[in-house]
Amino acid sequence: MMLDNLLAPLRHLGHSSINAIWKLGMMSRFLLAILAHSGQSLLRFQLTIREVYFAGVLSLIIIVVSGLFVGMVLGLQGYNTLSRFGSADALGALVALSLLRELGPVLAALLFASRSGSAMTAEIGLMKATEQLEAMSVMAVDPVARVVAPRFWAGVISMPILAALFNVMGIFGGYLVGVVMIGLDEGTFWSQMQNNVDLHSDVINGLIKSLFFGIAVTLIAVFEGFDATPTAAGVSSATTRTVVTSALVILALDFVLTAFMF
Amino acid sequence: MKRSIIDLWVGIFVAIGLASVTFLALKVANLTPQGDNNSYTLIAEFDNIGGLKVKAPVKSSGVVVGRVSNIELDTQRYVARATLTLNDQYHFSRDTSAEILTAGLLGEQYVGLVQGGEEENLKPGDRVQLTSSALVLEQLIGKFMTSFAEGNNKAAAADAAAAETAP
Amino acid sequence: MQNDSFIEFKHVSFGYGDRLILQDISLKIGRGQLVAIMGGSGSGKTTLLRLISGQIRAQQGQVLVDGRDVGRMNQRELYQHRRRMGMLFQFGALFTDLPVFDNVAFPIREHTSLSPAMVRDLVLMKLHAVGLRGTESLMPAELSGGMSRRIALARAIALDPQIMLYDEPFTGLDPISLATIALLIKKLSDALGTSAVMVTHDVHKSLEIVDYVYFIAGGKIAAAGTPDEVRASDSPWVHQFIHGEADGPVHFAYPAQQSLAGSFGLEGA
Repeated sequence: MMLDNLLAPLRHLGHSSINAIWKLGMMSRFLLAILAHSGQSLLRFQLTIREVYFAGVLSLIIIVVSGLFVGMVLGLQGYNTLSRFGSADALGALVALSLLRELGPVLAALLFASRSGSAMTAEIGLMKATEQLEAMSVMAVDPVARVVAPRFWAGVISMPILAALFNVMGIFGGYLVGVVMIGLDEGTFWSQMQNNVDLHSDVINGLIKSLFFGIAVTLIAVFEGFDATPTAAGVSSATTRTVVTSALVILALDFVLTAFMF
Repeated sequence: MKRSIIDLWVGIFVAIGLASVTFLALKVANLTPQGDNNSYTLIAEFDNIGGLKVKAPVKSSGVVVGRVSNIELDTQRYVARATLTLNDQYHFSRDTSAEILTAGLLGEQYVGLVQGGEEENLKPGDRVQLTSSALVLEQLIGKFMTSFAEGNNKAAAADAAAAETAP
Repeated sequence: MQNDSFIEFKHVSFGYGDRLILQDISLKIGRGQLVAIMGGSGSGKTTLLRLISGQIRAQQGQVLVDGRDVGRMNQRELYQHRRRMGMLFQFGALFTDLPVFDNVAFPIREHTSLSPAMVRDLVLMKLHAVGLRGTESLMPAELSGGMSRRIALARAIALDPQIMLYDEPFTGLDPISLATIALLIKKLSDALGTSAVMVTHDVHKSLEIVDYVYFIAGGKIAAAGTPDEVRASDSPWVHQFIHGEADGPVHFAYPAQQSLAGSFGLEGA
């Protein structure tokens, strides 16, 4: 009995590790299945466009507003810090670099996961719970090709667009605080930015990051939906898992990508 | 939701994306045309480049005229060889001098070009003859300390001499 | 009639892990026949339907549809097989994000390349067949249970299937809707000449419309016969099922391991 109590945490750890590895394997297979069944979502592009509307267009507001505020906060904090070293002129560079390299892709992906990823999981999970996926497959229509693949591609397309928009709004927010509010010189603000931002290593790498985040978040979202226990409780916990797993994966992936890129 | 409305919105969405990337590329990253048509390169060799980095601006009288496009070590003579890519509209005389300067106390380092007096201009690929290295703070302090110590020694010697001559 | 079997189960067994759901089932469904499979909840009726549609594969035995073993079909053959098949799900399983028209048009658009005008005509025809023309633009959420079941039926017959599978078509319907669905199932079977399998536990309505009945209990076929034979049956099990008696060969109480007194800790007290 005593030994049993001591071993319980170890057993728990083993169980979760096995589960995690099993899930990773299932997810890889699922990704392969999606890629193999993507023909339809690309040939009948209307299916994907519809999902771009739900995943991307409906996220515009949250991305615009958050981007603006993040940029404004960066402007304020950056100015406070930089002015201590007498280099407030570098504010434009600071705002642009932090957004382009890290905050834009990461925050946009986190917002996307909680706004669109969770919606995708809930939608697919409910379709499963109400036998819609089964009905589709009995009608000889593959649910992976008809339901999952268009959503996956819509997410992959939307994410870099949203991240780029987030960056632009953030830089605009930094401009509002730095130039309009605090009164830094407008020319210095932009020229410092332009002198320090490199198209390839900052702008393009940031967008490549967001492309990876888009793939990861959407894959997690559709997988969790497809894998959900077909009950109300199952769908709700799958939705939660989507947001939590996505957040962790985004941050871990960000570290790996940053290590490789910069 | 009507299909045409979805199409319209998705179109707007993609257009916003393209506009954003364009803005980031042109306004933020300043994608200056560094194409072969509008620029030419000069070589400048320095004993020490300090903290000069690739992409640092090249200025003349404070005006940006180009960028440092490459930095390497000449392993024969052990000097730093910087390649300057200059805008085609600016030309400099053969006795132009290049120096590495710092913008402000802690600012970035850049290459300053000072126009000389000769008629003939530097041709693409030419080497700038007159260069002066970056100011390295440690060396500067070192020099200062040495000369300060020497000054002290001289003063002490003078004192000693004065003491000897004095009866 | 039984010789010309369209769907045939030969000694089929199926289970999840150690738990056998179907054991050594053999049955035949003739071409154009409407057959009911009855049994209590959890007796494996729906599993039987899934074996026919190929969603699951038998662990032993063969499921033959038109002479071909469903369990041995690859993905492509399975989808070919399903195109000739329509299935009505227990709660309709309409696509909630599509209006009625697109729901019914779904299989037509997916499997044919008919012009929009043709699709429209076909959909209206099918909706007319279930008596719900005029509901095209409604969303599934705006439909009553009986209506959505009928729309689902229209979707299931959109491609004029050779086999129809009905999973509990009468569950949760009021008597009028129930009668309507029963009438539609009978009418469609007769008109289209489809072979149909209906899984249900509604005894009286089913006996009115089907050609043959199999009773399943404990994963085995407990009884079989035409409706008249079943009604006249002297098997106590069939009697209990048809008359809906709480106790009989099927016990009211779950076979608990402990006695009631034991569960309350009163044993030996």
